[in-house]
Amino acid sequence: MDCYIGIDLGSTTTKAIYIDADEKILGRGITNSRSNYDIACQVASEEAEINSRFALLKRWVQADVTLKAVSEELLAWLEAKYKLAQHLKQLTALTETCLADAEEVKQAKEWSHVPKLLDQIFAQMRTEAVEIFLPNAKSRSDFFRDMASSGFMAHVEALAKNDSKLFDKLIAIYDRAILKVESRSYASGFDEYIQWACEEVVRLPQFKKYEAQVREVTSRVSALEFNPLNTIGTGYGRQRLPFPKEQIRSEILCHGLGAHYMFPNTRTVLDIGGQDTKAIQVDAEGIVTNFQMNDRCAAGCGRYLGYIADEMNMGVHELGPMAMKSHKQVKINSTCTVFAGTELRERLSLGEKREDILAGLHRAMILRAMSLLARSGGIDDEFTFTGGVAKNQAAVTALKKLVEENYGTRILNISPDSIYTGALGAALFAKRDRSGEMAKLDLSKLTKKVASH
Amino acid sequence: MSEVNDKSVEKEESMLLQKQMIADHFKALSKAKENNKKVVYTFVPGNLNELIWALDMLPVHPEINALQSAMRKKSGGYILEAEKAGHSEDVCTYVKCDIGMMRRGNVGPTGDPLPEPDLLLLSYTGCFTFMKWFELLKEEYNCPVVMLHVPYQAEGKVTPQMRDYVVKQLKEVVIPKMEEISGNKLDLDRLGTFLESSGRAENDLVAVWESAKNKPSPIDAYFGGVYYIGPIFSAFRGLPEAEIYYQTLRREVEERVRLGLGPVTPDGVMKQEKYRLVVEGPPNWTSFREFWKMFYDEGAVVVGSTYTKVGGYYSEGFRHSGKYPLESLAEYCLGCYTNHNLSDRVGILEKYIKDYDADGFVINSIKSCNSFSAGQLMMLRELENRTGRAGGFIESDLVDPRYFSAANIKNRLESYFQMVEAKRGGRRAPESTL
Amino acid sequence: MSVKQIIDECERLFNDLDFSYVKEWKKRTGKKAVGFMPVYVPREVIHAAGMLPVGIMGGGADLEIIKGDAYFQSYICHIPRSTIELGVSGKLNVLDGMLFPAICDVIRNLSGMWQMLFKDKYVKYLDLPQNFDKTIGGEFYKFEMRTLAEDLAHLGGEPVTADHLNRSIQLYNDNRRAIADLYKLRAEQPHLVMTSEAYLLLRAGIVMDVEEHTQLVRRYLHDVTKEKRHKMDNIRVVVSGAFCEQPPLALIKGLEQSGCYIVEDDWVLGARYIEGDVQLAADPYESLAQAYLFHAVANASKYEDQHEKGAFLVDQVRRLKAEGVIFCAPSFCDPALLERPMLADALTREKIPYTSFNYSENTGQFSVFKEQTGTFADSIKLWGHS
Repeated sequence: MDCYIGIDLGSTTTKAIYIDADEKILGRGITNSRSNYDIACQVASEEAEINSRFALLKRWVQADVTLKAVSEELLAWLEAKYKLAQHLKQLTALTETCLADAEEVKQAKEWSHVPKLLDQIFAQMRTEAVEIFLPNAKSRSDFFRDMASSGFMAHVEALAKNDSKLFDKLIAIYDRAILKVESRSYASGFDEYIQWACEEVVRLPQFKKYEAQVREVTSRVSALEFNPLNTIGTGYGRQRLPFPKEQIRSEILCHGLGAHYMFPNTRTVLDIGGQDTKAIQVDAEGIVTNFQMNDRCAAGCGRYLGYIADEMNMGVHELGPMAMKSHKQVKINSTCTVFAGTELRERLSLGEKREDILAGLHRAMILRAMSLLARSGGIDDEFTFTGGVAKNQAAVTALKKLVEENYGTRILNISPDSIYTGALGAALFAKRDRSGEMAKLDLSKLTKKVASH
Repeated sequence: MSEVNDKSVEKEESMLLQKQMIADHFKALSKAKENNKKVVYTFVPGNLNELIWALDMLPVHPEINALQSAMRKKSGGYILEAEKAGHSEDVCTYVKCDIGMMRRGNVGPTGDPLPEPDLLLLSYTGCFTFMKWFELLKEEYNCPVVMLHVPYQAEGKVTPQMRDYVVKQLKEVVIPKMEEISGNKLDLDRLGTFLESSGRAENDLVAVWESAKNKPSPIDAYFGGVYYIGPIFSAFRGLPEAEIYYQTLRREVEERVRLGLGPVTPDGVMKQEKYRLVVEGPPNWTSFREFWKMFYDEGAVVVGSTYTKVGGYYSEGFRHSGKYPLESLAEYCLGCYTNHNLSDRVGILEKYIKDYDADGFVINSIKSCNSFSAGQLMMLRELENRTGRAGGFIESDLVDPRYFSAANIKNRLESYFQMVEAKRGGRRAPESTL
Repeated sequence: MSVKQIIDECERLFNDLDFSYVKEWKKRTGKKAVGFMPVYVPREVIHAAGMLPVGIMGGGADLEIIKGDAYFQSYICHIPRSTIELGVSGKLNVLDGMLFPAICDVIRNLSGMWQMLFKDKYVKYLDLPQNFDKTIGGEFYKFEMRTLAEDLAHLGGEPVTADHLNRSIQLYNDNRRAIADLYKLRAEQPHLVMTSEAYLLLRAGIVMDVEEHTQLVRRYLHDVTKEKRHKMDNIRVVVSGAFCEQPPLALIKGLEQSGCYIVEDDWVLGARYIEGDVQLAADPYESLAQAYLFHAVANASKYEDQHEKGAFLVDQVRRLKAEGVIFCAPSFCDPALLERPMLADALTREKIPYTSFNYSENTGQFSVFKEQTGTFADSIKLWGHS
């Protein structure tokens, strides 16, 4: 199946999008950006491919007269088991890496019991994984690293409660291992995982009678070949992407085009990401006509909130909801990140409420964005807000109010998939850029390159 | 893929000439005391070079020392030295670099110590910081200062009263002081001869600027341009050496036009001219090569720049002349780029964009230099409105390596070039987006 | 009117960014008003043209900057942002013109921005001479002032005759004397004249009609002596560097609360820029020029031609028996921050202690400053000085 790929290598996450020849989105993939950019990019891309296959699988299952009746439950089980397979594969790799390390560690007598302890921990983590990866399990992280780390930490804390030396030792082994495991991709074995998932699923009583159809549809989706005709990379780390220059686009252009695709009447885009804030103007075709980015000062970006969260000893996702509770917003003068911290402490010591201060801080941050928007040429209808901060309700509320006050009524678009805006724009450029079609990106080569690292 | 060929760069004759001139000048400076020559420190904008030569004194330009220090990667240390001595992180880094350099022995770009000034000639033209700079140097050197206050062209014109004010200062304050320090009497005819020579060199320089109207442009009027202004902005305006330099340069450029060649870059001759740009603002000196590379790697050529007009507004018609020497000097001082109001500055940029058929313009906003920078965001918008061409905005500093973020600037420039390309694609070849 | 009422009235004027006083004045008199930026303009000329000179000292601590930031990079001081904010939000529509004296490159360029933004308003960059010779800088300045007077006449003001101008000079001389008395009293009895009150009186003076203001200051001086205010164990300091962008009122109060009696300062400097009277003469422009050239306070925006750098500050400290200096300047203020090391050197030579910090007009946190000046005050109290 012909497709086009867009990859957005951001400072915290790497995103990939597959689109088909009709510019329809096939699938999305996301992973945490890591020190190895090649791997992050490969993993995101493979996740997007898997996501594309599942999208097709879903279409086929729903279209199948026999399977239609159980489609929802079946798909949920297949996906859960698939993810479990992939997770277990990585867990195995992690176990092996830790044990290899432990072989050396145990030369010292005091650490002779370490391999046994590790065996024990990982065995328990495998058992737990089965529970975590059930169709209706409570939300879990998308990233192996997060899940493995919290699981491992819980066990080590219990095991080495009174032995800080042991605790440090085990954590050190783990830290070394996870880095190694993360530097490889475990997303590429679709065939292997889906077959395993299929075996697991058909064994379940409720799907017994559909065994033949399930086997057929899974092997059909497995056999499907994706033929990427062109790949375009973008994002903060795009210079590090293993692409030739023709296949790299600035995130400004990609954001503009991606936002245009999601909301075709978009004329102004505001993106507030972790590292920077962008104000972009686009024309009726989604082509960027003007843009402004924040300067050296970080006051207007997501990092500002991160800094405030640290100051307040809160999670960054808790800030917005708390600020929404405010009835009396405190005016924060300092748009400087450093001064905002001092001002924050001073306000707290004066007895101001946390929610009121937070409401003021959100407004201060949005004010910075307003000035970037003004620099770029103002806010035209429709106005699309993207980036991580677009998920923060307090920031959205402050933005709406200021836009209304300064520019009048504007339609404000926020997509739940806004994190993929840049990758989507890149995929569209991949599709539209004829010259680029010549230079296909060979992911297998990339894999080889990575493996030889 | 680089847009330039790999041929090792041949040094052109004009480059070699300039190198020699600079070496000779610094040699003369290092021997100033033994040859009993008096040394005048003065600024580039509004400098009175012909007057300095006519009184047989030797000029030193502290801004040039600062930028040379930056290109030799020494400015960072000098700036820290000045900040340790109580200078704020907020203020001009040219000043701090100069003060730091002095405190560390005042060694010039050729490695020889610079002579201390016998006179600080404060041509207060288009930059407030100049005044503070020489007040600071006065404290350090404990030597006389003479102030030449050049009024600002707030209304976009030079009035007779403004010119008279400058001429009167020259006659009654500046020249007497220089005569006193140098021990020489000013011969107006001799001054006139230097001024006439300046005028001739200026003619050739303007021809070089205007060559950028060709496609491809044979010169880069910003990154290459800063080399072209070297002799005329510094010690050599008024001297036969400058005349020879500009004749040579002009010949070389005309030859490039005949051969249809693009500009010479540090990586060789640029092959394809993809973007023609006008640039506002001084360059960054600490990463000058890297900064330039971000342009020529993308096939971007600067066809017009305002920074190369800070030491003289020659492309707008001004020439030094021996006929009315003091009036000529006054007109020169009053006309330097940053002595023009914002509306005039927008006007000149607009003119360059149109006359040189530029695809757009880039503003390099310099932290140190409020004279340039304050108001540039408004200039950006005004210019976009007037020309309909794309404007790019980047930020850096003159000589403070802490304020050059290569990744940030490259990111913005790339986005800018791609925006120009996408706009052009939309305009000229819509089918390419199918 | 009690002291409190006087000060409340001043504070109301200080906080009023809608300039209702100016609106009412214009309505009452049918005349025009011309704004001016810090540091110094010859207000006498505006007054003589029958207009109200209105000082625009930025937007203060509480003005939210929504549009103004779009015009300036982060490394430029705050006052042009808030001034643009006031301008583009229409709050300065009440002014028929705006003067930008030569302070620094930022304010100079702001004059050009103003020309482009407000094409229907009178805008003048007032180029104050940096040559202090009567026949050179003096003549140039006289021409600048005459041009201003002609421009104002064109704008609908009255022709500025010698008589008019002499009368205005007289009124401003009275005002300068009243303010000089205020500062003298504060230096003598700093516990009586609180700095925040002196400051608010000065701020009122750049908005109000000059005669009305002189009366207000006189009444304050009369009434304040009757107040019962306690002496504190504070040190006496001179504050330097705040001549353009103004510190927030809370910061001024904070300095005093931290244990410092401010016996001299340079905020609202234009009101005290000329020392002594301007002479009444057949050519009053000549008098104004001479006052500017020879009787003006030392200031970072002005070239130091006549004295040793720092001599003026050292003299203030000595004369007023101050125990130290607080350098308190706006962030990114080129004149003040480039001047500071030279002044600091002069103080060091004289063994006068000092401390320094930077603020912006909308600084929202004061505990750090108070801590710093409080420690400075304590160290002087404990160990004394030269």
